[in-house]
Amino acid sequence: MEEISIEEVENNDRELLEVAPALISVHPFEKSVVVAIGPELRVFDLEETDPMNIVEAYSNVLTVLCLFLCFCLDRGSRQISIVDDSGDPLHSHSIRAICFGANGSLFASAGDDKLVKIWSADSWKCIRTVLSEKRVSAVAISHDGLFVSFADKFGVVWVVGFGGDNEKNKAAPIFAHYCSIITSLLFSPDGRFIVSADRDFKIRATVFPRKPLNGAHEIQSFCLGHTEYISCLVFICTLEYPKGFLLSGSGDSTVRLWDFTSGSLLSTCEVGVQAGLVESNGKDEVLCPAVTDICASPDGSVVAVAIQRQIVTMGDIFSPTSLDMGSFGMHIWLVTGASNLPSFDSASLACVKVVSGFQKDSPHFTEHGPVMLENNDIPGGDKLLETMQGSISIENERKALGTAIEAVKKAMHNLLIKRQYSDEKREFRKRGRNDRKLKQ
Amino acid sequence: MSKTNPKANKASGLPRKRFYRARAHSNPLSDSHFPVPISPSHVDYSLHFPHYFPSVKNDDKNNAKVFFPKASSKKIQFADIGCGFGGLLVDLSTLFPETLMIGMEIRDKVTEYVKERVLALREGNPGQYQNISVVRTNSMKYIPNYFEKGQLSKMFFLFPDPHFKEKNHRRRVISPQLLDEYAYTLEVGGIIYTITDVEELGEWMKNCLEGHPLFEAIGEEELNADPVVKLLSSATEEGKKVARNEGQTFLAVARRIASSVETEFGK
Ligand SMILES: C[S@@+](CC[C@H](N)C(=O)[O-])C[C@H]1O[C@@H](n2cnc3c(N)ncnc32)[C@H](O)[C@@H]1O
Repeated sequence: MEEISIEEVENNDRELLEVAPALISVHPFEKSVVVAIGPELRVFDLEETDPMNIVEAYSNVLTVLCLFLCFCLDRGSRQISIVDDSGDPLHSHSIRAICFGANGSLFASAGDDKLVKIWSADSWKCIRTVLSEKRVSAVAISHDGLFVSFADKFGVVWVVGFGGDNEKNKAAPIFAHYCSIITSLLFSPDGRFIVSADRDFKIRATVFPRKPLNGAHEIQSFCLGHTEYISCLVFICTLEYPKGFLLSGSGDSTVRLWDFTSGSLLSTCEVGVQAGLVESNGKDEVLCPAVTDICASPDGSVVAVAIQRQIVTMGDIFSPTSLDMGSFGMHIWLVTGASNLPSFDSASLACVKVVSGFQKDSPHFTEHGPVMLENNDIPGGDKLLETMQGSISIENERKALGTAIEAVKKAMHNLLIKRQYSDEKREFRKRGRNDRKLKQ
Repeated sequence: MSKTNPKANKASGLPRKRFYRARAHSNPLSDSHFPVPISPSHVDYSLHFPHYFPSVKNDDKNNAKVFFPKASSKKIQFADIGCGFGGLLVDLSTLFPETLMIGMEIRDKVTEYVKERVLALREGNPGQYQNISVVRTNSMKYIPNYFEKGQLSKMFFLFPDPHFKEKNHRRRVISPQLLDEYAYTLEVGGIIYTITDVEELGEWMKNCLEGHPLFEAIGEEELNADPVVKLLSSATEEGKKVARNEGQTFLAVARRIASSVETEFGK
């Protein structure tokens, strides 16, 4: 009896592992937004047909305000058809990681099909496709745009040189977390370090050398303190501390603040408790909802955290699978959804929301703090929603979406939570393993 | 403890190995099921080195807490990775009586054996063997959980499992990637000692060390002067076995050097 149920659980696990959360990434200057769902990239251009100089706007609050108004009035926004005439393969399985480069000219996507694709974030042409040996779980672009780094399911971090002489080079392994799944990869604000986080509660800051293809051997620090897998990382920078601080979210329901140069834990925020989401089931067990994603305005004045179950704002129950924020720190872009539900044949479902009103000069600023924008007020409006979600309104799909999100939750749990088997089960698993069977 | 240990030798009080025999190999890739300290500051030194770190005691008469402040700053400085039955630790213990050292071993029963062995030695030799201990852990995953940056001055890898097949090379305890972690753990000037009786593995470990920018090979002369080097082939159970069979051994010893990248940034 017992034995059968273990087998069943394992088979189910395998199916669930394939379900991937929908991801969202916003251009650093909010020129465009990308949603990745399954193998699909949905890109939406937020700029006017006559693009203004965003970089200038960045340094000038007044212009930023104008830009924001433009977003609202703008009817020139459009869906971008991404072009891949490189002849390289397209994504065929779930995308697991996406990111923009710091200056917004490059975009990278990677995932279960072992492809790392690098795109021009202007023309949305695929400039380069790199074949990984294993499934890819995280990706990052160096600030100078010269290197793309990615991590595979076996904990190996690779780098590909980009531009110049590096054009033809293959990906080279630069360091590894020993046989752990790397969940997040990020360059420090000054570009000197690459930070990686894994399923074994570890965050590692490694010096990113000038010639990274020879390997990144010098570990600056380990940031240790989480008691479950790390799901997400983000940097914040203040004028007084331009090196930046690191924030990490975890399956342990906390967000922690680190001085990553020394590895010291500076502060722990029990997000799950604060959101009133930590429940006790009457016995000794406490159910702690996992932190799944985090984003921050560059100066750290706004930090948003996604927790499994529901987002801690607005009373509206919306459980994002991914969130992001441009460097203006004006909007938090949220998406919820899943790919590849084994039992569904309908298109992959996603729901996009935008939260605004953190800044006093924002038209959405209210005394009550940030608000979740009505569909009409979302930059790009209906057109954006149509592109990103597949349809303007997903009201009718609520139930399906709920199922999808539950499936993602399970899948992430199975992928990342360390299983605790009883001794009997462990013995049984050992006996059931094929390699052992052969020997006996 | 060892007083009542039925597995101990009646005369010497030392545990007998045959009661602790275990599977020859453990898979270092499989998920762990032993406790892992969250960070080096969570390692309970009073458990391993009670002589140096007495747990806070309640003095019955006046109910005052007794502290032993001299101990507080001591840290583990030597680690024997894959220590097996612990022969090296035992020999090093008296050679460096004031240095704290720990063995790391993944096999449960073997770890238990070493624990009993140390306890028996402490009992039979009052005041001695207080500086050695053992933990059951997967060293390939959890070294940063036990030691801070630059904490160790010596690391030992004696007769590690060879993992011959190419596809199993990633299970080897010496690899370019794991050397990054060992370099992090060793202080500049610290020494990593490796020895094996498998020529191919000896070649591999030597190449890994020579190819790593944070290690430099140690010359013949210095090796001959180092009292520890003699123990590498004679102290451990595996070493003794090889010596009995008059097998050849292959040694690679290297020093942790400062990084050139570090200076590049003027730090
Ligand atoms: C061949 S024995 C050598 C033991 C001892 N050093 C000696 O010379 O007698 C290798 C030892 O390393 C242990 N070992 C293998 N992989 C390990 C790991 N990942 N972490 C800790 N110990 C490990 C094995 O259990 C075994 O006891």
